[in-house]
Amino acid sequence: MQLSINGKMTELDIPEDMPLLWAIRDIAGLNGTKFGCGMAQCGACTVHLDGQAVRACMTPASVAVGKKITTIEAMQDDRVGQAIQAAWQSIDVVQCGYCQSGQIMSATALLKQNPNPNDAEIDAAMSGNICRCGTYQRIRSAIHSAAKSLA
Amino acid sequence: MTINIARRGFIKSSVWGATGLIVAFSIPLGTRFMQVAAAAEADKPLPAPNAFLRISKDNTITVILAHSEMGQGVWTTLPMLLADELDADWKTIQVEHAPAAPTYIHTAYGIQITGGSTSTWSEFDRYRQAGALARALLLQAAANTWQVPVSALRTENGHVLHGKQSLSYGQLAEAAAGLPTPKQVTLKTPAQWKFIGKATRRLDSAEKINGTAQFGQDIQFAGLKTAMVARAPVFGASLKSVDDRAALKVKGVIKVVKVPTGVAVIAEHYWAAKQGREALILDWNIADADKIESATLVQQYQQLAATRGVVAANAGDTTTGLTQAKHTISAEYVLPYLSHAPMEPLNCAVKITDAGCEIWTGTQMQTTDQAAAAKICGIAPEKVTIHTQFLGGGFGRRANPRADFVSEAVQVALAANLPVKTVWSREDDIHGGFYRPMFVHRAEIGIDSNGHPLAWQHTLVGQSIMKGTPFEAFMIKEGVDATSVEGVADSPYVKATAHHHVSLHSVESKVPVLWWRSVGHSHSAFVMESLIDEMAHASKQDPLALRRRLLKDHPRHLATLNLAAEKAQWGKPLPAGVFRGIAVHESFGSYVTQIAEVSVNQGEVKVHRMITAIDCGLVVNPEGVRSQMESCVSFGLGAALKSEISFKQGRVEQSNFHNYQVLRLNEMPIVEVHLVPSTAKLGGVGEPGLPPVAPAVTNAIFAATGKRIRSLPIGEQLA
Repeated sequence: MQLSINGKMTELDIPEDMPLLWAIRDIAGLNGTKFGCGMAQCGACTVHLDGQAVRACMTPASVAVGKKITTIEAMQDDRVGQAIQAAWQSIDVVQCGYCQSGQIMSATALLKQNPNPNDAEIDAAMSGNICRCGTYQRIRSAIHSAAKSLA
Repeated sequence: MTINIARRGFIKSSVWGATGLIVAFSIPLGTRFMQVAAAAEADKPLPAPNAFLRISKDNTITVILAHSEMGQGVWTTLPMLLADELDADWKTIQVEHAPAAPTYIHTAYGIQITGGSTSTWSEFDRYRQAGALARALLLQAAANTWQVPVSALRTENGHVLHGKQSLSYGQLAEAAAGLPTPKQVTLKTPAQWKFIGKATRRLDSAEKINGTAQFGQDIQFAGLKTAMVARAPVFGASLKSVDDRAALKVKGVIKVVKVPTGVAVIAEHYWAAKQGREALILDWNIADADKIESATLVQQYQQLAATRGVVAANAGDTTTGLTQAKHTISAEYVLPYLSHAPMEPLNCAVKITDAGCEIWTGTQMQTTDQAAAAKICGIAPEKVTIHTQFLGGGFGRRANPRADFVSEAVQVALAANLPVKTVWSREDDIHGGFYRPMFVHRAEIGIDSNGHPLAWQHTLVGQSIMKGTPFEAFMIKEGVDATSVEGVADSPYVKATAHHHVSLHSVESKVPVLWWRSVGHSHSAFVMESLIDEMAHASKQDPLALRRRLLKDHPRHLATLNLAAEKAQWGKPLPAGVFRGIAVHESFGSYVTQIAEVSVNQGEVKVHRMITAIDCGLVVNPEGVRSQMESCVSFGLGAALKSEISFKQGRVEQSNFHNYQVLRLNEMPIVEVHLVPSTAKLGGVGEPGLPPVAPAVTNAIFAATGKRIRSLPIGEQLA
């Protein structure tokens, strides 16, 4: 199976039904995308498929053929990703950090579609991403801050 | 060239004693425990600075952490302590987890552990001393180089200075390494601190936002296979037989092996292991296993709660006291089993060779994991190397005296004769036990017309988390597990009541239980602070005013009450439909008041704002304290509103985040954290914010609806 991950075509020898998450982690060896629940309940595995935030744990890798897969590893080269990461750092969002790849991927997808989201829009876009450390308040303010910096 | 000596050299056999387990172990509680620690400090030798830091020629200062970073911020706080005494350049600080070794045992607990909200206060002296010792060596090295007395030198920002001359710590490191370590050092005065007390951003931020931070789950190396274990569907069940023919046909499955906890499928990757596990045909012997039903269990606990148990605190005669009362509060509170559900499902990578056993995992309890692995492999503990990775959340689950996930991974690697990473699915985690135990409290409180308690009769029913662990000997005294009754037996309200009786029924069960963020306080504070609210309403007192009176001799409780009340403008009206609730609780050496602003619409509870005031003594990193308070609100609120582990026919009814629900971003209130200025001895911050969260919310719900929530989660109770 040929997959385009972070702008690179990669040939992966995987079964058709393997979720994209495991293709990315266990086969392509990119570990930034996290496993949290395996049923699209927590958002730790969020990646972009042609710019859309998707849960990689429930997306068969075969669905991604012919599409552009973008993971957390590519965010530092992305204008919106950079703004999000800078805001995350300056607001000191992270705690354990395990969910943050997914949070950042969801937040970046949000800002690409809606450059200036209000709280309700942030709630709608981000409530699929669980953080057990409870960094939610800082995530909200970091998204506002990144939106401001991009404006 | 670095100052450090070979790190594995620290592992000495002497600490392991004849049993191969723990020596010098003590775990006294709360403030008692800090007094013990303080008394011990006087005779303690200074730490070997090179065990806690390395200085490289390029000026990098690597701080070696005796505690595990699980989100609570030790990756930043402990380096602050060391950097202050070292006069380090903060930009040159790097951090790594220590190996499992006696050098890094907890200064108060006597084993290597991260828990009990102790990391910062228990390391306050050791990391400062390590920094001061290193600075003294660097000064001496510079004095020798320049042939001047040490008194002519000063240090600043990673350099030793003499007039206009300057040498960086990196330039001096090699010379300093050869010098004899001073016998004593003088620590700085608070006025000289540059880092301690200053809001400092986390040092682990960058790697955690670009995907490079390495968690146990991320361990990959050539030859490492992935394993998933099929475990018993009911606690206490045993394996009768397994048919693994279909599993072995799954592409990528390598082996199927039996281990004490079940059947392990070893595969090239997670997906194959999971599919292989699903293809196993398993027959379990569940005849003698517990067929627990939550509803029945609650009834059994309630029956027990109606009679007194083993005495935990007793004074006067509650019967007499109750007859003198103006009002009597008679209430029963029920709290469920809870899962920790850290975001990173449990995992552990193990490689066993002739040289020993290597383990990569996120653990809060290296000493017991090391001992357990050694025992399984039949080797000495020092032959077990633990590479602690970042923990994707711990909350107590990764500190298991039974070393469950580490032991199992070692068993799998041993049986498979392969390097193996055991990965738990979320379902495995939710079904995996080691829950916060279910508790029922029953209280009869007689109060006078001012709401003051004359008699307090209180019975608790729940499983002991200490029974059957190495902690039992220290933590269970005369039949009472101190962690079961903490927050009740030692409550200032109870102690001030002339006639009081607190007792405990410790229930036996096959359901494995464990400490869960804030341990016994996670249930006791909810009950105690709800009861105080019940007393206030029964005697028509303002809930804040009553607490102020009852806690008049407890200035630190009072300070947080007053600060929170001032910031929340207690007494001033809120927007229509929004109501306040208040709760205060001491735990882990710190004092926290939570004020919740809540509305209830058609049974839906919305928490708009939490005002948190904490007195945790001297603050090392105010930003870290604020983060932990936000974290406690989120964790506590999720449990209060939604989380529950329940049983049907012995099986856990929940399986993943769709039915083991936790707080989500849209439910997160605004959290305002206020710190009481304090120079008191340091307390904890990882847990103390949590206990008063639930009662603040349910007390606000009472203010809003007149309905007293006496069982958690709140769930649909208001519908």
